Amino acid sequence: MREGIKSYLQSTHKAAPLAAFRILFGLLMFVSLIRFALNGWIEKLYIEPKFFFHYYGFEFVKPLGNYTYLLFFICAIASIAVALGYKYRWSISIFFLSFTYIELMDLTSYLNHYYFISIVSFVMIFLPANAYFSYDALKNSRLAFEHIPKWSIDIIKLLLSIVYFYAGLAKLNSDWIIDAMPLSIWLPSAYDLPLLGEMLQKKWLIYVFSWSGALYDLSIPFLLFYKKTRWMAFMLVLVFHLLTGALFPIGMFPYIMIAASTIFFEPKWHQKAINYLAGILKISLGKFDNALKKIESFSLVSRLKLAFLGLFLLFQLLFPFRYLAYPGELFWTEEGYRFSWRVMLMEKAAYAQFKIVEPHSGNEFYIDNSEFLSSFQEKQMSGQADMILQYAHFLKMHYEKEGMQNVEVYADVFVALNGRKSKRYISPEIDLSKINDSFAHKNWILKFEDEISGF
Amino acid sequence: MKRGVLIILIPMLFACSEDESPDTQNDNFDRQSMLVNWADNIIIPSYKAYENSLIALQSAKNEFIANPNISSFSELRIKWEEAYLNWQKVSMFQIGMAEQITLRDFTNIYPCDKEEIEMAIVSGNYNLELPSSRDMQGFPALDYLLYGMAESENELLQKLSQTAYSNYLSELVERLLFLSQSVIDNWEGDYHDQFVENLGSDAGSSVNKMVNDYMFYYEKVLRAGKIGIPAGVFSSTSRSDLVEAPYRGDLSKALCLSALNASINFFHGRHYNSNEEGESLKSYLDYLSTVSETQSLSLSIANQFDLSKEKIEGLNADFALQIQTDNAAMLEAYDELQNNVVLMKVDMFQAMNIRVDYVDADGD
Repeated sequence: MREGIKSYLQSTHKAAPLAAFRILFGLLMFVSLIRFALNGWIEKLYIEPKFFFHYYGFEFVKPLGNYTYLLFFICAIASIAVALGYKYRWSISIFFLSFTYIELMDLTSYLNHYYFISIVSFVMIFLPANAYFSYDALKNSRLAFEHIPKWSIDIIKLLLSIVYFYAGLAKLNSDWIIDAMPLSIWLPSAYDLPLLGEMLQKKWLIYVFSWSGALYDLSIPFLLFYKKTRWMAFMLVLVFHLLTGALFPIGMFPYIMIAASTIFFEPKWHQKAINYLAGILKISLGKFDNALKKIESFSLVSRLKLAFLGLFLLFQLLFPFRYLAYPGELFWTEEGYRFSWRVMLMEKAAYAQFKIVEPHSGNEFYIDNSEFLSSFQEKQMSGQADMILQYAHFLKMHYEKEGMQNVEVYADVFVALNGRKSKRYISPEIDLSKINDSFAHKNWILKFEDEISGF
Repeated sequence: MKRGVLIILIPMLFACSEDESPDTQNDNFDRQSMLVNWADNIIIPSYKAYENSLIALQSAKNEFIANPNISSFSELRIKWEEAYLNWQKVSMFQIGMAEQITLRDFTNIYPCDKEEIEMAIVSGNYNLELPSSRDMQGFPALDYLLYGMAESENELLQKLSQTAYSNYLSELVERLLFLSQSVIDNWEGDYHDQFVENLGSDAGSSVNKMVNDYMFYYEKVLRAGKIGIPAGVFSSTSRSDLVEAPYRGDLSKALCLSALNASINFFHGRHYNSNEEGESLKSYLDYLSTVSETQSLSLSIANQFDLSKEKIEGLNADFALQIQTDNAAMLEAYDELQNNVVLMKVDMFQAMNIRVDYVDADGD
């Protein structure tokens, strides 16, 4: 067993797939960041709002005012440097840090695929992705290897497989499988798509979409892994992601997943693509095709790195199951919902009305949320207990700064989940300003009074 | 590009799903006919009626300036009231040109700033096109000129017939008319087709935009503006000074009911000034409930509208008086209006998959 692991870790593989992955990843990140800026989202999401929601434990990460543009600029430059393989270790580290900082600035815009990008770029810091067809290896032949440790390619495959498989597991619940929710809400509203639009009104087709979506997520890592099914699997990847890209506002995510899944190909395909690219750029591949093998040395540094990555992967496998530690319905409380590849699972609509009370004067009044929050922030906050709590604390601080004393904050919140009628979400009798956020179960969330069974 | 791919893929999907059970549902809801109903039978006729009442106000104003006397003055007031009531029926349609020129902000920001108005009239130095002058014009400024700037009717008449004042009066009326006409011209020009053809479900589509505008109006302008804010829902004390048409006094309930009725009629898709109903939010909800098997949400909303209306009808014609004597009744009316915010903004928005904003989201 031990020998087996050791020989696996020492086995090598052509470096081209990881180099191709590095280039695609860097370019797609660059395009994503430019798109983000051109849509005016830096301004809209990180400059205009007066208040920002934080991730638990990351209260100190805040937008940097006008320097936020600089942060995006640095991140974009780093992504280009990653694609070029220019001072790779630095550029991927800077990319990881700046991108993750951007994501941590406001909890409102949490997206699973942003988290995916953060963890992939983090792991890439430890991978020899600049060993082949990179500026670094071109300038410094000691860095150039035609073969690299096999694990450094497998680890990307594994990360991608976790995303798919866990997303598939999460779909095995009664709302998704039995009621075809939330697709029964989402698909009919895409009525204007040519040809498909009218069909999306049909119940049976919505079930086809739900079931095949779950089946796709669960099986695609395996279908990509086996050589015999790989091409069919890639066709499915294309169909699935282009279709979801047309149906839902999910931005760059489909393209990122399509690009990432090419890592499963045989190296000859990456080699062909790189040969072609090298031809255009008039770069001789001679320096890289040196038949050299970078073999894991098992030096102290190498051992530490491997042990660390092993633990990191274990964490990735276990962390999504933390919801099991909480009572209540996961979709309702969302305790343990994030960072678990629960993608496109819920349609949640919510409305929250906050009441400020100053006990000694008997003063009380309601809050117009649009005074403090953007419409996007208000929407996201209204259905998520931890955000409701953060906002309540902000309101207390705000009104105490204005001279009120011992301010109490109450919220009347209504949430509708996956087509159910709206119902009260938290106890309106609880002074939220007295409650501190923690990983403990939020017992002030009212019972769901329905059941969603499954994962 | 994306849609091109779809067209190629669809036959594939069908090929592998032919053996599914036959569907029973063929009556696709026609969102376009809903848009057409909104535009042709509700929005444009409402704007036209509003424009006509402004034309009547304009001639009453001209008559008053030519012959300022008690009868022309009271005629002027009557026409102001009629136009103000008709305004409530178009205020929610802040879409297209009305959105561009921020029609609502230039027509009905209250309370007006009487000091600014007096200063403007005396100095003759003002520009009503500036955003900063929004609280110096529109119906609230006319309310001040016609009812507020002096104690007795005679004093008002005297003051208003002075050239500086009658000039200002004239400019306010002409501007209201001008703004309404630019909106109507736009609807009668190419905006109509743009509106009814902008299908789809993204944030910029007509259904999505109209529903968002409708909700914004109901929540902020009607529920908060007309009832909640003066009743002190959003402040430590009640603010009877913040009712609509405070100088006239006994018109605030009528204005509020006109607005509420317009919201109700829009929900039901009722043609302007008629009981005939076309495709509407209500019929859309009924269609969607057959798709997603939710209970009859449209009925709950319609009932809640009736409850709100009943409560408001029971209030004093002058909301300021109501607030000063029995604010609890005012707060009850607010609560009934509030209940429909939840039903519409949570349940209806969910059923219709209305997007609040254009940002990426992978399903929250």
